Amino acid sequence: MVKTSNSTVNGRPVVKTDLAGQTLVTLRTLTEENPAALATYEKLGGYAQLKRLVTEKIKAPDIISQVKLSNLRGRGGAGFPTGLKWSFMPRYYDGTKYLVCNTDEGEPGTFKDRDIIRYNPHQLIEGMAIAAYTLGARVGYNYIHGEIWQDYEIFEAALAEAREAGYLGENLFGTEFSFDLYAVHGYGAYICGEETALIESIEGKKGQPRFKPPFPASYGVFGKPTNVNNTESYASIPWIMQHGGQAFADLGVPNSGGSKLFSVSGHVEKPGNYEIKMGTPFKELLEMAGGVWKGRKLKAVIPGGPSTAVMPASAIENATMDYDGLSKAGSSLGAGSMIVMDETTCMVKTLKRLSYFFYEESCGQCTPCREGTGWVYRIIERIVDGKGKMEDLDLLTDLSNNISGRTICALGDAAATPVLSFIKHFRPEFEYYIQHGKSMVDGK
Amino acid sequence: MLSAESIEKIEYELSKYPADRRQAAVMSALRIVQMERGWLSKESISEVAKYLRIPEIAALEVATFYNMYDLEPVGQYKITICTNISCMLRGSDEIVEHLQHKLGVGFNEVTPDGKFCLKEGECMGCCGGAPLLHVNNSEMHEFLTTEKVDALINELNKG
Repeated sequence: MVKTSNSTVNGRPVVKTDLAGQTLVTLRTLTEENPAALATYEKLGGYAQLKRLVTEKIKAPDIISQVKLSNLRGRGGAGFPTGLKWSFMPRYYDGTKYLVCNTDEGEPGTFKDRDIIRYNPHQLIEGMAIAAYTLGARVGYNYIHGEIWQDYEIFEAALAEAREAGYLGENLFGTEFSFDLYAVHGYGAYICGEETALIESIEGKKGQPRFKPPFPASYGVFGKPTNVNNTESYASIPWIMQHGGQAFADLGVPNSGGSKLFSVSGHVEKPGNYEIKMGTPFKELLEMAGGVWKGRKLKAVIPGGPSTAVMPASAIENATMDYDGLSKAGSSLGAGSMIVMDETTCMVKTLKRLSYFFYEESCGQCTPCREGTGWVYRIIERIVDGKGKMEDLDLLTDLSNNISGRTICALGDAAATPVLSFIKHFRPEFEYYIQHGKSMVDGK
Repeated sequence: MLSAESIEKIEYELSKYPADRRQAAVMSALRIVQMERGWLSKESISEVAKYLRIPEIAALEVATFYNMYDLEPVGQYKITICTNISCMLRGSDEIVEHLQHKLGVGFNEVTPDGKFCLKEGECMGCCGGAPLLHVNNSEMHEFLTTEKVDALINELNKG
C-alpha cells in the first residue's frame, strides 16, 4: 500500500507516498536516496540561498517583501500571512531576539512536520537561519512533539551536521551574522502546539497558554521578542528565496500561495503525506490517496484536523483544497490534516473519541474549557451507553457555544467545533442512537 | 544521586539555554532520569530540582502536567497505543483488544512478571502509519496488525 524505497534514514526505511502528481517544495529531497543527508540537500541547491542573502547583505525589508509576495500563510493551522507576522518583530532591539519553530504536531490527523524533520531537516534549518538573519534573531529553538523521539534524534543529528559545515554558529560565512539553533523535546501535551503554551514549555513550565497581547513578537521566550512559525512555513522559505515570492504564489491560487503538505489518514487505501498545489480539487487528492478503502463510499471528511468542522461527502466532493475553497464549502483548511471516513463510520462513537481527546488535553487553566470539555464528553458517553435523552443534543450545542470564545486560547473553540459540526450534519444519527440505544450505522 | 551519565546529558540540555535559565532544562532532565530509572519517583523529581536549583514544586508541576512522565512503575516495557480518531478508523480497538488479551492486563496495569505495561495514548502525530504504538516513549511501531503485534511482543519477551 505505502511505497517503501530502498533508502533508509537512521536505519529505518523511508516511507513515502507515490510522488507522481505532487509538487514538492518542503519534501523535495524525497526524490533522492538518503533524503535527510546534508550532501543530498546541498546537491539540490541547499544552503545556497542562506549564503547568498547573508554574504550579499540583502536587506531585511527586501526578504520580507518576497515572503509577503509569496502568499505563504502559516502552515500550523491558523493561516496567518507569514510575511506580515515577520514584519511585527521589532527591528531595533537591545538584546537577544529569538526564533521558535513549532513542530509540536498533536492535532489528530496531522503528521506532515514529522516528515520534514526526518526526511528534509536541512531545509527547515536553512529556512530558520534565513528567518533569523532577516529578523535579527540570535538563538532559535525547534520544539518537537514528544512521541516522535526517533525523528527528534534525526533532527539533532542534522543540527550537528549543519554546525560542522558552518551553516549554524558564530560569524557565518565570515560575516557578522551568528545564529544558534537547538532542538527541544516535548513530552506529551497537545496544548503545547499553541504558541504561547509552547513558549512556556521551552522555559520549563507547564504548557498553559498566556494571555495575548502581548504577542510573542514583543514578549516571547524568556520575555524577549520571538517569532514563532510552523515547521512547514519555515521549510518553504528556502524555495521562496530561490524561485522568488511570485513563483511560490503562482503554484497556488489567489489568497493561498504555494503547494502544501496534506496529511491524509483514515479510510483511504494509501494514507500518507501529499505535497500538492493549493487549490487542487478534493477529488484529485482523494484519488492520489487511492480513494476510499475497500471500495466503500465516502461518508464524511474532517479537512484540517478535528478543530475544523466535519464535512459530509456532499459538501466536500466539489471543494478545492485551499483556504477559500474549504471556507466556502463550510469548513477550513487548518493544518491540511484530512481525515477520511467511509460509510461504516458511526459518527456518535467518533465524536465520543474526539471529545475525550479535548477533555484529556485541556490544560485546566480556563473554567469553561476545563469543566465544559468534561461535561461534553460525559454527555456523549451517556448517549453511547444508551442512556441519552433527546434534550442532550441541545444541551451539547448550548454547552459548546459557551466554551467557544470564552477561553484564553483556541483549544476551547477547537473542542466546540467537532461537537457543533457533527450534530449539525449528522443529527439523525444522534437522534437514532438516543431513541434506540444503539448505532444506526453498525447496530451495536 | 544522579548518575554521571545523566548529569552529562542534563548538562548538554542546559547548554541550549542562557546560564540563568536553568529551569528550561527541567523537561529534558526529567526525561533523562526517567529513561535511566524506568519511572519518576518523588525522590527522583526532587533530585532533578536540586540539580537544576529550582523549587521542587516547579519540577513536580512539569512532571504531573505532561503525559509521558510516569509517576508510577511501568514495568520493563511501557507500550502506549494510540486510540485517537485516525488510529480508531483503522482498527486500533482490535489491536488494543488483542494486546490486552495477549498480555492479560488492562490499561494502566503491569503484567505480574513486571515486563509490560499497557497505556492508552493520545495522538502521536504519525497518523499516516495508523494504527500504531510506541515502546518506552521512544520506539514507534506503525501499520500494526495483530501478527505484527505478536512478533513485537515475542521480540521484547526475549530481551
